[in-house]
Amino acid sequence: MKKSAILVALMAALAGCSKEDSVVKIGHVAPLTGNIAHLGKDNENGARLAIDDANAAGVTIGGHKVTFELVGEDDQADPKTGNIVAQRLVDAGVKGVVGHLNSGTTIPASRIYDAAGIPMISPSATNPKLTQAGLKGVFRTIANDVQQGSVMGAYAANKLGKKVAIIDDRTAYGQGLADEVEKGVKGAGGEVVAREFTSNQATDFMAILTKIKATNPEVIVYAGMDAQGGPMLKQVKQLGIDAKWITGDGGCTPEIIKLAGDSISDKTYCTQPGLPPDQMQGGKDFKERYKAKYGTEVQIYAPYAYDAAKAIIEAMKKADSTDPAKYLPELKKITFKGVTADVAFDDKGDIKNGAVTVYQYDNGNWKALAN
Amino acid sequence: MLQTLLQQIINGLVVGSVYAVVALGYTMVYGILGLINFAHGEVVMVGALTALSAILYLREIAPGLNPLVYFGFGLLAAIPVCMAIGYTMERVAYRRLRNAPRLAPLITAIGVSFLLQTLAMVIWGRSYHSFPQLIPTTPLQVVHGVFITPVQITTIGLSAAMMAGLVLLVMRTRLGRAMRATAENHRIAALMGVNTNGIIALTFLLGSGLAAVAGVMIASNYGVAHYSMGFLPGLKAFTAAVLGGIGNLAGAMVGGILLGLIEAIGAGYIESWTGGWLNSSYQDIFAFIILGIVLVFRPTGLLGERVADRA
Repeated sequence: MKKSAILVALMAALAGCSKEDSVVKIGHVAPLTGNIAHLGKDNENGARLAIDDANAAGVTIGGHKVTFELVGEDDQADPKTGNIVAQRLVDAGVKGVVGHLNSGTTIPASRIYDAAGIPMISPSATNPKLTQAGLKGVFRTIANDVQQGSVMGAYAANKLGKKVAIIDDRTAYGQGLADEVEKGVKGAGGEVVAREFTSNQATDFMAILTKIKATNPEVIVYAGMDAQGGPMLKQVKQLGIDAKWITGDGGCTPEIIKLAGDSISDKTYCTQPGLPPDQMQGGKDFKERYKAKYGTEVQIYAPYAYDAAKAIIEAMKKADSTDPAKYLPELKKITFKGVTADVAFDDKGDIKNGAVTVYQYDNGNWKALAN
Repeated sequence: MLQTLLQQIINGLVVGSVYAVVALGYTMVYGILGLINFAHGEVVMVGALTALSAILYLREIAPGLNPLVYFGFGLLAAIPVCMAIGYTMERVAYRRLRNAPRLAPLITAIGVSFLLQTLAMVIWGRSYHSFPQLIPTTPLQVVHGVFITPVQITTIGLSAAMMAGLVLLVMRTRLGRAMRATAENHRIAALMGVNTNGIIALTFLLGSGLAAVAGVMIASNYGVAHYSMGFLPGLKAFTAAVLGGIGNLAGAMVGGILLGLIEAIGAGYIESWTGGWLNSSYQDIFAFIILGIVLVFRPTGLLGERVADRA
């Protein structure tokens, strides 16, 4: 009897180091199908690179070695699908989530993660409302649209022309950004001559562009994604509209250059929260490693996804626990040298010291302008 | 002011002529079978993507040819592929359900639509492909301030030619007479010696061929092609067919062009007409509102419905 009791006690002690803890699941959600599938895949690759780096370096938490596993899901940029996928991740027992990509899916999903107590870091959702809801476990590694919009609006009105026409794609991201740009333009003394709308599935903008043309704008602002920015640039040229064109981070990608073909010129600009990849402290090295591993160029948000995943891992290491309740306080005060910048979050969950950079098209690439 | 109106009319004509061509496919099938072929939009998409692959392939093995040669090759590749898909759809999915209650072929059509979309996603990938610019897109000034591009002129011209060709076929040839007979009453037509199965297959072939050309035109016009590009044009073309009177060839054409014009002018002027209460974010709804109003006062569409006499 005594022997078996000792045996049971021994087994119970060993069970403390059970198999379940050694694989830590981190979720990642982005649109992997649809018109911005290339950006979703880019995010996932960035997060995966961070996970692989951590696994290669070997992480020990709570006394034993853990391996991280990325659980990638597709939300199709649709809020309804995003919620279903979020619930699925919660049920699968993920300890943290990097995602989503679009503001329109991240905001509703953040409530699901908050109810389950799972921290979520978005690498690309820039709508200000995400961090204004007062949820405890919501962060982002990218500057939000209050900053991006005001910089874009002020730049447009100051440097490109006083008469500004704004088009948005009616998504949470596009609308939020366009509203901030409008404030920025008016604040810099510019005039919003037209405010038009499209949808995130449209490819025909002739009607609204013709209407805008009649108001003689000097600048056209498009708050939306590159999948539509490309065709829009073509149609701006087709209608003979002689105006400068600027878009936000959604259109600041290599993809838009491909889609626009010869309609893109040095009159085309874009803005991106954060520093240019070459000026990011880990940017050059990251781009090379990314290209070597995945065979494609970084689109835009992969470095932010890398930092988001790394933030979760660093917080777990600091708290010496993979339990969300335990590492969340560490996540709030984490600081580490990320690929994009020194990562630290303010009390709302926004990244501290988010910069915004303006780019101009130059010979096949986006070139960063000195502000 | 007049310039803006003229420009919007041109925009509307371009979009509308594409809708008209796709609507013809819907209307022909409905006229004969009473079936709304929801997969027709996907045939448009397959046409565009097949042409893209063909053009890229030819460019690789024979670079430096006249761009129009590539364009023609793309069309020549897309049309047979789409026709094959149309024929297969009819033979495999719809033929057995000819005497089934209306709902069964309808749901089957939706299923075929999903199947084609997913197959396209598997074959061509999820990303948006850039369609090569083979017809020049340099804007030409028609009148001061009003522009049109050669691509748009080609779109309108090709669509008009195809519509004229189809009308000639249906109205002036023996084959067309057989088609009209089958559309009116396929049992009596069979008694009169018409090969109704063959005619129905031909209807799908013709519709799919038109869809292929429409797909290539859409891709050329906007410069993008992707696996979900067929859904929205398909839906709008169906709306156009209903607007003009489903089952009615002239109705499909009129409906298509009218829908395009309504969309363009609506998006352009709705804000000034409603004093800022509605704006261009309602441009999609505008067309459907017009459709609703027309159907309330004229349920068979503008030019009247023409469905088979199910005696």
